[in-house]
Amino acid sequence: MGKAAGGVVFDQVSKHYGEVKAVDAVSFTVSPGELVTLLGPSGCGKTTILRMVAGLEPVTSGHIAIGGTDVTLRAANERNVSMVFQSYALFPHMTVLENVCYGPLSTSSDKAAARKLAHAKLDMLGLAGLGDRLPSELSGGQQQRVAVARSLVLEPAVLLFDEPLSNLDAKLRRHVRQEIRDLQQSLSLTVIYVTHDQEEALAVSDHIIVMENGRIAQQGTPHELYEKPASRFLADFIGDANLVEGELVVDGEGRAFAAGGATMPVVADGMAPGPATLAVRPHRLRLVEPGPGSLPGVCKRSAYIGSRTEYMVATPWGDLLVFDAEAHKPRGRDEAVGVAFDRAAAIVLPR
Amino acid sequence: MTQSAPALERAIFVPMARDRATVVVAAVALAALVAAPWAATGGPSALLRAFSGEAVLWPLLAAALATLAFAALGRDRWTAGAAALAVAWGIGSGFAGGNSGPAFGIGAAVALGALTVCLARAIARRGLFNGDAAVATIVVVIAALLLLFIFYPVGKSLLSAVLDPAGRFAPALAAERLLTADIWSVDCLRGGARCGVAINSAILAIIVGVLSTLLGLILALVVQRGGRRYSGLLKVMSILPIITPPFVIALALVVLFGRTGLVTSWLEAIGVPRSRWIYGLPGVTLAQLLSFSPIAFMILHGALAAVSPALEEAAQTLRASRGRVFRTVTWPLLRPALANAFLLGFVESLADFANPIVLAGNFEVLSTKIYFAIAGAQHDPGRAAVLASVLLGFTILAFWLQQRWLGRASYVTVSGKGDGGIPAQLPRSMWFGCFGIAAAWIGFTLVCYAVILVGGFVKDIGRGAMSLSLSHFGAGFGIEWGARGLLFTGSAWDSFFTTITVAAVAAPLTTVIGLLAAYVITRHRFAGRRSFEFLTMVSFAIPGTVIGVSYIVAFNVPPLELTGGMLILVLCFVFRNMPVGVRAGVAALAQIDKTLDEASATLRASTSRTLREVIVPLLRPAILATLVFSFTHAMTAVSAVIFLATAKYNLATVYIIGRVEAGEYPLAIAYSTVLIFFMLAVLLLVQKAVGDARLGRRTENLIATGH
Repeated sequence: MGKAAGGVVFDQVSKHYGEVKAVDAVSFTVSPGELVTLLGPSGCGKTTILRMVAGLEPVTSGHIAIGGTDVTLRAANERNVSMVFQSYALFPHMTVLENVCYGPLSTSSDKAAARKLAHAKLDMLGLAGLGDRLPSELSGGQQQRVAVARSLVLEPAVLLFDEPLSNLDAKLRRHVRQEIRDLQQSLSLTVIYVTHDQEEALAVSDHIIVMENGRIAQQGTPHELYEKPASRFLADFIGDANLVEGELVVDGEGRAFAAGGATMPVVADGMAPGPATLAVRPHRLRLVEPGPGSLPGVCKRSAYIGSRTEYMVATPWGDLLVFDAEAHKPRGRDEAVGVAFDRAAAIVLPR
Repeated sequence: MTQSAPALERAIFVPMARDRATVVVAAVALAALVAAPWAATGGPSALLRAFSGEAVLWPLLAAALATLAFAALGRDRWTAGAAALAVAWGIGSGFAGGNSGPAFGIGAAVALGALTVCLARAIARRGLFNGDAAVATIVVVIAALLLLFIFYPVGKSLLSAVLDPAGRFAPALAAERLLTADIWSVDCLRGGARCGVAINSAILAIIVGVLSTLLGLILALVVQRGGRRYSGLLKVMSILPIITPPFVIALALVVLFGRTGLVTSWLEAIGVPRSRWIYGLPGVTLAQLLSFSPIAFMILHGALAAVSPALEEAAQTLRASRGRVFRTVTWPLLRPALANAFLLGFVESLADFANPIVLAGNFEVLSTKIYFAIAGAQHDPGRAAVLASVLLGFTILAFWLQQRWLGRASYVTVSGKGDGGIPAQLPRSMWFGCFGIAAAWIGFTLVCYAVILVGGFVKDIGRGAMSLSLSHFGAGFGIEWGARGLLFTGSAWDSFFTTITVAAVAAPLTTVIGLLAAYVITRHRFAGRRSFEFLTMVSFAIPGTVIGVSYIVAFNVPPLELTGGMLILVLCFVFRNMPVGVRAGVAALAQIDKTLDEASATLRASTSRTLREVIVPLLRPAILATLVFSFTHAMTAVSAVIFLATAKYNLATVYIIGRVEAGEYPLAIAYSTVLIFFMLAVLLLVQKAVGDARLGRRTENLIATGH
């Protein structure tokens, strides 16, 4: 782990509440100009990590460095970070302009300079002309942008986002997350972003750190995490996956996966035969006519959701979820089908 | 940085910059020692006193100088040590000087206060209070004030219960004082003539507790479940106890039922002989019921409103009758609130001074007995202290029971989401009963207030002389145009102005201290937070009479010689009303999302800037409410200050008690009317101000309460 000039270094950081280890010896690095997402189910410690970066929670042990300086013992108001809160935390008694001026006025009393900085950021975020409004007079999306402007105005070394989209409706989320990503890339901001929504994480991140029970389960690019999950938990958590318990067996020159009396060829370089878990994404499964090279199955349920049809198919491997994009060829209930997949599409995980 | 680091011993934030504020405060302390008069009587400063032979002041001066030096050098540990030494030496030498030493004056107060602040800031920089100097200052200064003005006087007066008149430890005498039949006799329960004063108080308090809870419940049921809206009644009931001087009810009862009272005379005309039944247990009970049932009503009204209608509707859909719904759902959910209302009535009755002093007659209770032990012919502080400790024991027992029973038993507020629905109506027969009692009670209350309002404007309502007269207002509040302008010739003006001054000075202090305490309690986690919270709430459980006696005992000798002045009145009000400020602040802060504080911190604002620019503006309604409460409370208080008021600094309530004792009821009534209308005007003005403030930011709660 190199000493980053900007960015954030987490070195063996723990946070214990009595016996509970909310964060347990976590180490990672965020490089300057990078957007790193902390992803995980609720209670996994991701928000605690964010708050420790901000200085809102003291660490139990370990070190935190921001921009190459050890800030472990610095309070929040002495760190070069700002945070966009889940609730936005806009001061309700101040106008938009006063909210954005608040940060610059912490360290200087030059109101004109603060206003100039604030107006620049408001313009940048498309909020020009809204400076005299109260936060309560803005829409949710506008409030969120004010919160971002207020954080950016101090030009922090690191910008923190705590589930910034959770108070927006579903349509707006896709739009706002792209805005955040565009802003981050155009200004080369260093950003730590917390979310529990894996789709959101995949969409915005350079790197994703997946947390489980206070520890890092896996970190990597969105592509690595989706295509090469390191464990059953990760395969299940990121995207949808069918998980099948079975056995890895030798099949001629290659490998095959056997469960419930059915065997299918898979790619598992260097893995010894033995008990294993197979993870395969529903959209990588195809419904074909029953026959060799496919798992025999029976359609149990189907749900048509527009872009695809989702089938639950009973097979010797158990019930498999299959996303079928060929919506023009619906399968009936109790229809016999075959389930096929490319051998490279299935991920074999040791048990 | 990259190697794995050893675990930190404590997880704390250490401030970065050198602390200029500590240097400034230390300099203020030193300046006060050098320049300001040390003693209350004025005269030379501590430095001059030290030069002229008071060697005991040298270590204090040295320690203060050391504090300044270490603070300037940024040596926090040494600063803390020197400041602690200076404060301890200053206070210790003051007490060691005893009655012969000088009383602390402005110089001593400023210097010791500033050194305490230095101590707090320095220990914060050593890592206590999460390194937050503002929090450390608030906690340490408020805790020091509470120790000085609550725990020290109460402790000292309780201690005097075990000392003989010469000041020696005398457990035998204390036991004799404590166990006398005067206090504990239960003769009256066995058919004898009279009981001990403690037993009397307990009997009265239990009766009043039970009956006021019952009345409060009946009124609450009628208002909440009567099927109609009585919001006007609700408002009146919530305001009346705030603006009614405490003995107004007792005065009205005397006017109605005394030997020459209106009702008594009317009854005689139809053949019922005159009697003195109103003086004693029945009269005090009636007066306390009228005074305290509005409080029980407010508690039970809140509890009834919090019972989710969905629960009652669920019971109805399960085929329960109205009666069964009430019996099986509503009543069980109300039980904690009922216990709460009972205990509050019990404690209020015990602590009540004004009603018994007017109406008790030969029925002696603790609060008045304590007063007469100090103010009466016998002047026996030891006996007063014994009685005070008995009274304090009773109230602390009641609050302890409350904590024990009710600490976790409030199931009314369990569900987070409010669900709609219509509250169940009362069973028919019950509704008629409740409505009848409520109407009669409210009618009676109205008659009492009518007597007061009319009484000031007639010749002598106490003797049935009802011809119109403004002479009482003239005697009390006369104004003449003299040679040098306006002359306030009325006899009541002095006490009226003193009361307003004291209340106006005490109210902002109460508010500031209460809300700051609430802020650190709710918003910061630090070692000793629970104990600090307990410290701030304790004075709530101490009856006013006990505080009054304690202040007299503790603050009439150096080094804290305060009796006879206006300052002691202000201090008394501030520390007695502070718990209410704390409660109001805690409730208001719960409505303000904590992420606003955190957002302010991540925007580089210091704790004090967060307080000034985020918390205080959002707390404005709570601040105004606390201001009004402490102002009106200071104007109507009597039990504690009756010991502390003097001829020079007399207070309205004490003046009225004097008129009552002299039998000048009309003037007392006229004065009470003036007080009621004055406070009503203040209340309405502030309510208008708060209303406007809310209008200014109409949807604040949408954001302030966040997700």
